[in-house]
Amino acid sequence: MAETNPRAAYLLSAPALALFLALIVAPLVMTFLLSFYVFGFYTGIEPAFDLKNYADVLSDGYFHEIFARTFLIALAVTAIAAVLGTPEAYILYRMRSAWRSLILLAILGPLLISVVVRTLGWAILIGNKGVINETLMGLGLIASPIRLLYTSTGIVIALVHVLVPFMVIAVWAALHKQNPDTERAAASLGAGQATIFFRIVLPQAMPGILSGSLIVFSLAASAFATPAILGGRRTKVVATTVYDEFLNTLNWPLGAAIAMLLLVAVLVVLLSYNRFVERRYAQVFG
Amino acid sequence: MAFLELDGLVKRFGDVAAVDGLSLKVAQGEFVSLLGPSGCGKTTTLQMIAGFAEPSAGTILIHGRDVASVPASKRGIGIVFQSYALFPHMTVTQNVGFGLEMRKVPRPERERRVAEALELVHLGGLGQRYPRALSGGQQQRVALARALVIRPDLLLLDEPLSNLDAKLREEMQIELRNIQQSAGVTTILVTHDQTEAMALSDRIAVMHGGRIVQVASPFEAYEFPATDFVSSFLGKTNLIPATASAGADGATVVAFGGSRIETSAAPAATGPVLLSIRPEKVRFAPPGTGYVCGKVRTGVFLGNQWLYQVASPFGDLLVVHQNTGRPEARAGDEVELAWDAEQMRLLPPERTHG
Repeated sequence: MAETNPRAAYLLSAPALALFLALIVAPLVMTFLLSFYVFGFYTGIEPAFDLKNYADVLSDGYFHEIFARTFLIALAVTAIAAVLGTPEAYILYRMRSAWRSLILLAILGPLLISVVVRTLGWAILIGNKGVINETLMGLGLIASPIRLLYTSTGIVIALVHVLVPFMVIAVWAALHKQNPDTERAAASLGAGQATIFFRIVLPQAMPGILSGSLIVFSLAASAFATPAILGGRRTKVVATTVYDEFLNTLNWPLGAAIAMLLLVAVLVVLLSYNRFVERRYAQVFG
Repeated sequence: MAFLELDGLVKRFGDVAAVDGLSLKVAQGEFVSLLGPSGCGKTTTLQMIAGFAEPSAGTILIHGRDVASVPASKRGIGIVFQSYALFPHMTVTQNVGFGLEMRKVPRPERERRVAEALELVHLGGLGQRYPRALSGGQQQRVALARALVIRPDLLLLDEPLSNLDAKLREEMQIELRNIQQSAGVTTILVTHDQTEAMALSDRIAVMHGGRIVQVASPFEAYEFPATDFVSSFLGKTNLIPATASAGADGATVVAFGGSRIETSAAPAATGPVLLSIRPEKVRFAPPGTGYVCGKVRTGVFLGNQWLYQVASPFGDLLVVHQNTGRPEARAGDEVELAWDAEQMRLLPPERTHG
């Protein structure tokens, strides 16, 4: 590439840009505008510029609970995914290459299957008459079934399963960036395996864990299919609430307002987190 | 008794023996280099000493104790890696103090020893920096301080200077040698750089194909190479196939082309040999007195000396000449070459190296 023609660059990225504008920016702007419209039970949707929808959501305890639940679920999923995914990535990193490809396939394979299918699988497993409860009761370990289906716990379990590959990949990439000699250096200085992992490997993998957390958190906070299937009618999260407003109540403006609030809340979390991470690691890793 | 003793070390990777029956004794406080081209097994040997690789056969004795069952973390060996392997998330002080922390050295003593070690490598005042903010030479010193601060019995250096630029490398060579001597630590250096090995070591172990070909002091290895591989790996040399036969009074007569040279210096030999003569020992001779006739192909001026390439019936021969103020020969000149008979060496005839 001796010369870069700026016009050619724009021209070449034009299709992607058009796609981005048409499929992401336009719907977002339309949703944003829609969130100011007014909905009447008899009058339907009327174009307006009114902050009433936002006021409704922000002042209603019902919505507070849903937002709080969504973020708690997302937080729990992120934490568990980090705790499970990091050692998983390290083991993967230390494996012989033949095994590694096989295990990598096992980790990434589920991503090829629809989230709905995987979630239905969890519904079969964790239902009151599901495989887990039947087995535990059959063994006489529990008297009555553990309630998992239609609870936040059930949603967390299934979301962790769905999202942990993203954590593994992010951490794995970070592990690959570190100099394998640092582990040997630590060993030669007298560090045991556990010390090496916690003092040398983990801190160097931290950027990967943090970026994996960003991905997992934002996906968990906006997840729809899994909470919709496992949460049922009672355990609602923001995404399922938006869906209900749009398709059951037909109150599109309110649904749009909730969607915008979710977007803003997730963005605020992500950006402040990102800033924290950057400040923390700028001088160390650059 | 030798401090470090390698006996019949073998390391196989599949069918390939990276190290193939290596034995070496290193005395307390000695600086020994494992010198060889890449793939000669020198790094693998170092890794076995360090405990990162398990020997397929043979024993490693440190202080007379077999360390086969001792893990790397318990061998108490200081290592400087080619990549330095500094911990990027720790400051210089934390890096250097890590080994002391692992040994549960109390904080005040730890701080004192870290400061001492940084002073030793002239890095006092940079303790709060992260490795990323240091130059290559500074990182190298941190790595050295980190390895020395634990007062290891044995220091292993894996191509420690290869990532530095030429000028810095020369400075660090001198400094490394001074630090090693003041610390009095037994040191093994792995390198493919013959000048580095010669500048630093008490003895050089030249390796080829997983074995040690020769162990000798730098001077001895250079002046009396055991094989043509050693002679051409340690510096440059001219190799001429010749025939040796016994002369009068135990001297050896070497015949090649139309020339016959009688010498008593080279180890006595008969039959086919390789005559080895260093370029700096070859001189241009007056017509009719040289051993070899040739034609100067190129003359390269290197400042303090000239490097001539002379086309001869035995292939291109190298001649190095001190710069005396005017060129001795020019490209295209017909010349005759001669040398002091005592300065040539007779090596086994089978060529072990290109």
